[in-house]
Amino acid sequence: MKVLVTTTGKSLDSPVDPRFGRAELFAVVETETNQLDIVTNDEARGALQGAGIQAAELAVRLGVQVVLTGHCGPKAFAALQAAGVQVVAGASGTVAQAIEALFSGKLQPTTSPDVRGHWA
Amino acid sequence: MIVGIASGKGGTGKTTVAVNLAASLPEPVLLLDCDVEEPNCHLFLAPQVTASARVSIPVPVLEESKCTSCGLCSKICEYHAIAFLGDRPLIFPELCHGCGGCHWVCPTGALTEIPNEIGVVETATVPSGTLVQGRLHVGKALSPPLIRAVKQHARPEGITLVDSPPGTACSLAAALTGCDFALLVAEPTRFGQYDLSLLVDSVRELKIPCGVLINRSRGRDDPVRAYCREQGIPVLGEIPEREELARAYARGRLAIQVLPELAGTLRDLWSQITVLAGRSTSGRRRL
Repeated sequence: MKVLVTTTGKSLDSPVDPRFGRAELFAVVETETNQLDIVTNDEARGALQGAGIQAAELAVRLGVQVVLTGHCGPKAFAALQAAGVQVVAGASGTVAQAIEALFSGKLQPTTSPDVRGHWA
Repeated sequence: MIVGIASGKGGTGKTTVAVNLAASLPEPVLLLDCDVEEPNCHLFLAPQVTASARVSIPVPVLEESKCTSCGLCSKICEYHAIAFLGDRPLIFPELCHGCGGCHWVCPTGALTEIPNEIGVVETATVPSGTLVQGRLHVGKALSPPLIRAVKQHARPEGITLVDSPPGTACSLAAALTGCDFALLVAEPTRFGQYDLSLLVDSVRELKIPCGVLINRSRGRDDPVRAYCREQGIPVLGEIPEREELARAYARGRLAIQVLPELAGTLRDLWSQITVLAGRSTSGRRRL
């Protein structure tokens, strides 16, 4: 399974970035092999508006099944949901700890956006 | 003549200058409040609203049965208002700028347009002439179409003053486009000078002649004057830093009521603007 974790660093021990749309980096982890790819999120981060949607489009292009992050707003949530990507909010600690929390069931899939949009 | 009143920084006194200039001139003035996120000229003018018009932009809605999932609508949208993620476009109307590109590019006519109301334009009679103001609805993020709707009222004959939104973003460009002159209001501080320099860059880009009015002046040399000298920008006048002006402002009173000599300063400012705007060879641009 391919899991995307928002992060501010480039390793499994880097901290989770609590933001999705304007996260600094995406850690894409193939959980079968533990292979880690670091992808920059510069386009969405720099967007005046619609960062969450652009970040969601990138996540879909990367082919991930799960997005693991701190918070997810309404537009990003709607976009990820439309693409069939599961959103898991509430992640904290390091990338590795967040993935562990997902597999141990401490973190559950999110069924609705957990923060309000910046423009509504 | 159409004169825009602008400032890079917020709170430098655009509205103070706009309402007091309008009240100081002998002829009736058409004042356009284009600071549509926070229009406040009305606070000083006791307006009698005579007309109100709703302003909308067209946003797309999808007729799913006609959609062939080609994704062209998402590709053409500069503002990422249409995401193509599942097998259908996902529309985010709050990001739509109403350009109509998606509607135009859709090969099967699956996208139709419905109006999305973003604000109102109100016309009012005031002692200094006429006030037209835009009011953006709470929660709407897109001000330029509303600013352009207010600007439709501008008239080349007579005097039109445009109170612009602060900053140097697209809302400022919408307010200043078509103006014959830009009056830049600046505070005499380093911060004020820096934001003025950003504004000057924008005004030059728009090819509008400009001059500076220093507000809260302490009557001595300051970073703004030094910058204007260096850049060859005329300083057309100053409003002194005075506590009674702040008191009057807080009570919604005009500055010229507590400092009558200011009316003379503003009339003098206006005659300089008339000369400088007339000297410009750039000609009138389309509104």
